[in-house]
Order: sequence, then C-alpha cells, then structure tokens
Amino acid sequence: MYDVAIIGGGVVGGMLARTLSSYKLKICILEKENDVAMGASKANSAIVHAGFDAEPGTIKAKLNVKGSEMMEQTAKELGVKYKKNGSLVVGFSDEDKKKIEELYDRGVKNGVRELSILDSEELHTLEPNVSPDAVCALNAPTGAIVCPYELTIAAIGNAMDNGADLKVNFEVSKINKVGAGFEMVSSNSDKVNAAYVVNAAGIYADAVAAMVCETDIHIHPRRGEYVLLDKTSGKVVSHTVFRTPSAMGKGILVTPTVDGNLLLGPTAEEIEDKNDTATTADGLSTVLIRCTETTTGINLRDTITSFCGLRAVGNTGDFIINSTEEHFINAAGIESPGLSASPAIAEYITEMLKDMGLELIKKEDFNPIRKPAHHFREASVAEKNRMIAKNRAYGRIICRCEGVSEGEIRDAIRTNPPARDLDGVKRRTRAQMGRCQGGFCMPYITEILSEELGVSYDSITKNGGSSKLMTGKTKEDCEI
Amino acid sequence: MTELVIIGGGPAGMSAALAAYENGIRDILILERDERLGGILQQCIHNGFGLHRFGEELTGPEYAWRYEERVRELGIPVKLNTMVLDISVDKVITATNPTDGIFQIQAKAVILAMGCRERSRGALNIAGTRPAGVYSAGTAQKLVNMKGFMPGKKVVILGSGDIGLIMARRMSLEGAEVKAVCELMPYSGGLARNIEQCLNDFNIPLLLSHTVVKIHGKKRVEGVTIAKVDEKGKLIKETMQFIECDTLLLSVGLIPENELTKSAGIDINQITNGADVTQSRETSVPGVFACGNVLHVHDLVDYVSEEAEIAGKNAALYIKGELKNDVDIPIETDGKIRYSVPQRITQKKDTKVFFRVANVYENAEIKVYSGNEVIFKTRKPKVAPGEMQCITLKEDQLKNAKKLKIGLEVL
Repeated sequence: MYDVAIIGGGVVGGMLARTLSSYKLKICILEKENDVAMGASKANSAIVHAGFDAEPGTIKAKLNVKGSEMMEQTAKELGVKYKKNGSLVVGFSDEDKKKIEELYDRGVKNGVRELSILDSEELHTLEPNVSPDAVCALNAPTGAIVCPYELTIAAIGNAMDNGADLKVNFEVSKINKVGAGFEMVSSNSDKVNAAYVVNAAGIYADAVAAMVCETDIHIHPRRGEYVLLDKTSGKVVSHTVFRTPSAMGKGILVTPTVDGNLLLGPTAEEIEDKNDTATTADGLSTVLIRCTETTTGINLRDTITSFCGLRAVGNTGDFIINSTEEHFINAAGIESPGLSASPAIAEYITEMLKDMGLELIKKEDFNPIRKPAHHFREASVAEKNRMIAKNRAYGRIICRCEGVSEGEIRDAIRTNPPARDLDGVKRRTRAQMGRCQGGFCMPYITEILSEELGVSYDSITKNGGSSKLMTGKTKEDCEI
Repeated sequence: MTELVIIGGGPAGMSAALAAYENGIRDILILERDERLGGILQQCIHNGFGLHRFGEELTGPEYAWRYEERVRELGIPVKLNTMVLDISVDKVITATNPTDGIFQIQAKAVILAMGCRERSRGALNIAGTRPAGVYSAGTAQKLVNMKGFMPGKKVVILGSGDIGLIMARRMSLEGAEVKAVCELMPYSGGLARNIEQCLNDFNIPLLLSHTVVKIHGKKRVEGVTIAKVDEKGKLIKETMQFIECDTLLLSVGLIPENELTKSAGIDINQITNGADVTQSRETSVPGVFACGNVLHVHDLVDYVSEEAEIAGKNAALYIKGELKNDVDIPIETDGKIRYSVPQRITQKKDTKVFFRVANVYENAEIKVYSGNEVIFKTRKPKVAPGEMQCITLKEDQLKNAKKLKIGLEVL
C-alpha cells in the first residue's frame, strides 16, 4: 500500500515524485512504457519559457513564471544541463509589432522580469542571423533551455534514490475504489494500491480520470514536428528565436539546445490519434521553410534527425489541475509551458495533497542532489584519468560522434531509473544521438545492454514491447 | 615525440604504415579505435577484393590480413581500442584507451586514415514513424556477419550503393526476403558487377527513380511507402505504393569522417567532404597527410591501398626533410567531373589523378586543360558516378602547367 501513486512518468509525474520523496511517504510511479519520459516529455521544444504567453490570472501563467524561476536551481540540484540563453519573439510587420506589445504587457502582468522590446538594429546586434526582414522583437532574458528528458530522468532518478518506486510497463487499465484509497490494475493484471492518486498521464489523462468518475476533461493531441541539426550548426543563433505567436501556438522556433545542437520546430496540427507520432513530409517541409524565413545561415545538410511530439491539449485553455474525486488529483492538459511550470506544478499538487489530509513530514536524510549523468564527460583530464584507472571502461569510447564511453553506458544501465533499452541508453548518455545516429555504436550498446541485463543479444529492444532489434540468429532455421 | 602517427588501422592506415616503413621510418604508431585491425573490411566477408592489387578475389578479412600480417612481422606498434579525441594544429594528438587513459603524443607527421560513415535516415528526412528495424546497410552487415544476428526477415533497401547491393545478396543468402532495392537516381551508385551478382542473380528488383517516402510501424517496421520520382527528383504521388516489410536498410551514401581533420584546422573540400590534398596526399597543414575513405569515398579497396602508399611514402619523405614542393598547380573540374584527388599538383612528375563524374555519360571524352591548351585527352565508352576514374598525367605534360582543369564532353 503506497501513500501516493503517480500515474505517468513524464516531467510532471517525475517532478512531483521528487518533491514528495522529500517527505516520509511511500510513493510509486506507474509508467506504461518501458522507460520514463516517453511521451511529450521526450519530444518538445526544450524551452523554459519566461512566462509572457499565458493569459494573466490563469494557473498556467502563475505556474509558468514560478516554475521558470525555480528551474535553474532544480536543474543544478539534479545535475541537469540548463542555460539561460534568453528568448526573442521576432516580428515582421506592424501587426506582429502590436502582438509583441501585447505580449510585453502580458508578461509584465504575469510578473516576468527584464522584458524589453527591441528595434531592428538592437535585435540584429544581439542576434545577427535573424532575418534582415525582422523589424522588432520581444526580448526575454529569463527564457532558458533545458533538456526535457534529461530533466525527467534525473527527477525520477532522484526520487528513486530517495525511496520512490518506479513500475514501468504498468499501463493502468482500471482503477477501483478501495476504502479511502484506490487500486490500480494494469493491462497485465498487476495491482498497486495507494491512498492518494495523482493522474499525470499526459495525453491519456482524460482516459485515466474517467476510470475514477465521470469528468468533462477532454485531451486531444496536437502534433508538433521537429528537425534537429548537427552541432556544427549549433551556433547559428544563441537565443531561442520565436516567431510572433498565433492561435495555434508559439509558432516555429529556432533554438540551440543545451547539448549544442540546433532545434527547429514545431508544427502545430490537431489530430485525433493519440498514438500518431509519425512525422509527415508536409510537416517537415513546413518546419524547414518557416525556419529559413526567420533565420539565415541554417545549413539543412546538417540535419541529423527529425521527430514528432504530441502536446496534451486540454479543453479549458488552461492547465487542468483539480480533484474530481476525494484523494484523486488530475494534472491534465499540461501542454506548453508544462516543462517550464513542472517544478511549480509539483509544489502546487503537493499543497493540494496536504489540504486533502496527506500528512507531510520532512525526511531528515532527503538528498536533493543527483550525480550528473554527464559527470565523466565534464571532468578534468586528470580526474578522468583517475576514473579510468579505477574503471577501465571509461577509457573505451563506444559512441564516437558524441564521445561516450563504455563506462558511462554501463552507469546508465545501473543508475536510477535504469536504462533497459537502446533508446533509454541514448537519452541518458547521448550515445547514438550524434551524426551517425548509432550506425557504428548500436551493435556495441546492444552487447553492453545484454551483458548488464543478463538477457540474450537478440532480446534487446529499441524502446520496449515489440521493438526488438533483431529477428533472431543467422542460420537459426537451418537443419543440420 | 613520435615520428609518424597513423590514425586508423583499416586498409588505408595499414598500407600507409607499411609504405612509411619501407621508406625508412621505424618510429611509427598506429592508433585504432576497434579491438582489431582491418577496419570495415572485417565485416566484408564477400569476395572481390584485391583483383587489381593481387590478381585474386579475396574476401575482406583476407585482404586485410595480407596487410596486418606484414604489420605484425615488422613489429609496427599498434594501439587498439584507442580513440583519438583531438588533433591540434601543431600535431599534438589526444587519445584515450582503457589501459593508458587519456594521453597525448606529439607527432612529427600524421596520416589521417579514419574512413567514413554511412548517411543516416535522419539526414534524409524520411517521414513516418521511428520504429526498430531501420538500419544502415553497414550496421546490418556488422550484425549479420560479425554478431551472427538477423536484423529482419522481409527487407526493403533504399539506395543502391555497393554496401546496399552486397547486403541484398547477404540477406537473401541468410534466408530473408529482399523485396526491392529503391534508387532515387535513374542509375545505380554501385558497381556494375554488384548489380549483376547481388541483384540480378537473386531476382531482386532494382527500382530506379524510386524512393521511400514514409516508414510505417509503431514499435517495429511494418512497411514502407515507396514512390517514383520524376526527372527533377519530384515525387509522383499517383505512384505511391505500400510494401510490407519488417526492415528498411539504407545505403544512401558515405561521408568521410573528418571531425578530427577539422579540429586540426585543415582545409576541407566541399565536394569530397575530405581534406584538400597535393599529389603527395599532404593536406593544407604541412606534415599531415590523408588517404583512403577519409579523403574521398572509394569503391575499391585496391585504390585505397594505392593511395595510402602514396601518403605513407611522402610522410616518410617529410619526416626525413626530403619532401619538396616546387610548384603549386590547382586542379579544377568542370561540373560534369565532380571532383578530383589530388586537388593540387606540387611536383612536376608523373601523377595519377582520380576523379568522379556527376552523371552517367556515354561516349565521353575526358580532357585536361592547361589554360586553353589540351594537355591530355582520353575516351571512355561509359562513365558513371559509382565508378571512380583514373588518368595519369606525364611529367612532360605538366611542363608548362600553371592551372589545370579537367572537363568532360559527350561525343
């Protein structure tokens, strides 16, 4: 029997688990995939928004600004890369300029600091590769970038280091009320009981909410396609460059990532299918066209991959953080700026749980610090050599493009939350994330996974379930 | 200080080491990232290697062994499992391996022989899902030939580069069904003999002017949508068709791996993606040489060895202070010829010039101009981008040359 069960191992569930793990509570995260951060938390713009977008007075606005302020410290504690690179919203017309002035006013109302409006000259001095056609920009120096899956993995890892449990491949298919608490039944008929439940199921939050009682929560997916460029293109801009927003979102942006790549996207397309994370030829070409409109100097030959994420768009226009049943909280419709708001959402929900009667007693031995996954990479040469002397595996480079050693890959499989598949290793170490996209290192990583997990080479998957990399041995069907 | 450091222990690195040794250099070190010498040849278990060099049809490992055996006999030092992390402009090499940790070597001369990588799916922006079952042909080759595992049973191959063709045959021999090889261009980028022996002999259809437009399947590939393209490479929507498969192999081009070359501040050629070199295979940084697929992508290893010997010999001359450059004659190409290697001639002596054409041309005349004067010409019944060409310019033809241009005319 857990005190709190969190349904969904995304950034919202992860941040909440971490906050709750600082109290004397038994916590469990239930994740339907083979790894955490498998939904919107792994495929978004990776921006910590300053907070000028949201309608003043909404929970979204309040939690965005607060979360954004908390993020730097949170990232530091979790050993996650974070960079306050500043955001620019560029305008190309008088109409855009009006909108930018609105955003400025809204930002000021929301409590965003240091906002200013730049003219063309100031803009191009700050960011020379912005299109010469841009006439003005909103400058938000408090805007930042962070790696969303790294943050989620680190938050859940830290929660686990502080005693929280994670159950992967636990797809909640039914929730039974048992006494004052709940029993979650998975699609494999596993069961978990908890006194309090938080529904952080992302795009499926409406379905999970409906397992407990009738609600009017409705979530639909809004598809966003992205293109990622090689690090050789990572310095085209230093700020996150947005276009002036429209009803469909914040428009297609150009931003460096914390790892030094250049990210272009997203599109915004309302779709029905919650499984449809396929990229489309039209979507990708829209991204490329729009980006070259805002920014010069992008070399599309540097493209290394493209991907697609689904924003969990709610039906109220605001985050839906409420309780539809006693001891049951929904964190639904957490679309952008959900990542930015996530540390504040965690605090907000913790307060709600307290108000519902959950007893919160601080753990004396709570450790908010997580050793950075990239600790080896960032060590000095002398320090690295000390580590290699102790553990030879740090001296053997497996991923040549990103310079990732065998030791770091083994760490990723041994550290909370452990990587169990190829994509899990990728998100934790960056191995396979470079320009060859795993062409060289994939057979070696597969071997390391099979050794560490104690399973056969051909049972290793790309991302769990039926995503097996091999269909069997050669000559398996031969009779001798 | 090490006299000669060779980065890469594949066919290029080993040939270069042997040539340097034969030219009097003893203080040589080969740095190899893999756990064995031989490079990609280790996984090329098919035959056809060495026809030009040895007059025999060797397998890849056999070809590599001829060089490795000699490297061992001569006792040329090799560090395996060693990844070079950086080369500085003044030839300080930083590398790492499990036994030495991170270490630095000051080299007098360096030979770059790091090879190339395969272009990935991401670089092509193929739309669709991102399931398991999409591999580059070389990765699949490693899995099948070295690890002993099948990457799939029903295969579509995009791109008709040589590795793709070889893998079409390999997968068929291993019991997989290769449904089609799609090639975006109206001609194949592979060797004619591979089309014959790897596709035609196995009744595998080669669909020219076709490409994969979408990948299907959530967790594992379930199929691909292919379509024909017109002369301009534009998709013809009405020709879209779904092919059920569990695997998509990509053989869509090779890219020389020049990240280290760039870190050393060496000039890179925009067309070959390798260094610009003289006929000694010396790069823009004196004492740094390049050869093999890191310089430009070859289709035959025999030519790699030949080129590496040039680099090895000249690195030896450089170390001994005997490498003299007396002229600087740039070689330009006319567009129908995509590029040449070398890109500059610095010594007036007999020089082999390798080049690739941009398209398939029949009845082509290749001419080398010095100013307006034609100093060399030759006819070829058919040339194709997939087959590297070679001409030899004689010392006396270079006598008055200041600037050369190689052109192609269709007769």
